Amino acid sequence: MLLLLGILFGGLLIGYLLKGEKKIEKWLDKLIMIAIFLLLFFIGIDVGANELIINNLHKIGFNALILTIGGVLGTILMSTIVYKKYFKDNTNK
Amino acid sequence: MKGSLIIIGFFIAGVLSAYFKIIPSEIIELDFSYYALMFLMLLVGIATGINSKTWETLKKAKFTILLVPLSAIIGTCIGVSIISLVLPTISLKDSLAVGSGFGYYSLSSILISNIKGDILGVTALLSNIIREIFTLLFTPLIAKYFGKIAPIAVGGATSMDTTLPIITKYVGAEFAIISIFSGTVLTITVPIFVTFFLSL
Repeated sequence: MLLLLGILFGGLLIGYLLKGEKKIEKWLDKLIMIAIFLLLFFIGIDVGANELIINNLHKIGFNALILTIGGVLGTILMSTIVYKKYFKDNTNK
Repeated sequence: MKGSLIIIGFFIAGVLSAYFKIIPSEIIELDFSYYALMFLMLLVGIATGINSKTWETLKKAKFTILLVPLSAIIGTCIGVSIISLVLPTISLKDSLAVGSGFGYYSLSSILISNIKGDILGVTALLSNIIREIFTLLFTPLIAKYFGKIAPIAVGGATSMDTTLPIITKYVGAEFAIISIFSGTVLTITVPIFVTFFLSL
């Protein structure tokens, strides 16, 4: 895990040194999309071969849905407080 | 939205090809995805660093603007923590790791699958896809009843790209830069938070 974070920050540094190279930037976006496609395909393969997941998809889906609803409601609560306290007066309304 | 559909398509293609045994099991046992993940992390790092907007927004960052992504982080963590208390099948730190995807489902699910396993990885994939779809569908309602910051925070990491058009439409163009800022900050924090919660 630390290795992954190290790689991320190493990349940030390399990116900072290459700042403004528009051509590389465009290439990177495409490469990232391809890497994401491939990785999700690989993960799909792992998942499809994993009977534990396939047989429990309804439970996993339920957990995912409930967690998301919790996260979204918490976010709405916090951001409404932030909006009322710090942003509303500044927008002349 | 089209990008999301393609990504989900690749995932489903993988699932089906393994489920119907189109792909030989020897290939499944090779751990391609971890090396591919290291490569992806490097690319994401470079892409974030090379983008001059990243450093500009960091310079401009005032405390009040930082409150927008902060409200998404704190709100999400509080929300999923409460939910994890009533869900017996998922632990608190796993719930927090899923929540800290902030809608960035591709990276968060890839990370979680590799570090923690496919079950939690699929939970993260579904949960964060649902968060993005939820933002796309409910931004008009959320903006109307909870103010202009809420849709940006709910959009999480997606508020800088996939959900930016709909958010800007309903909260006004003057909030677009805040939306991009918040999405950028959250995008950068996703790999950090996810690995942090899973290492607890």
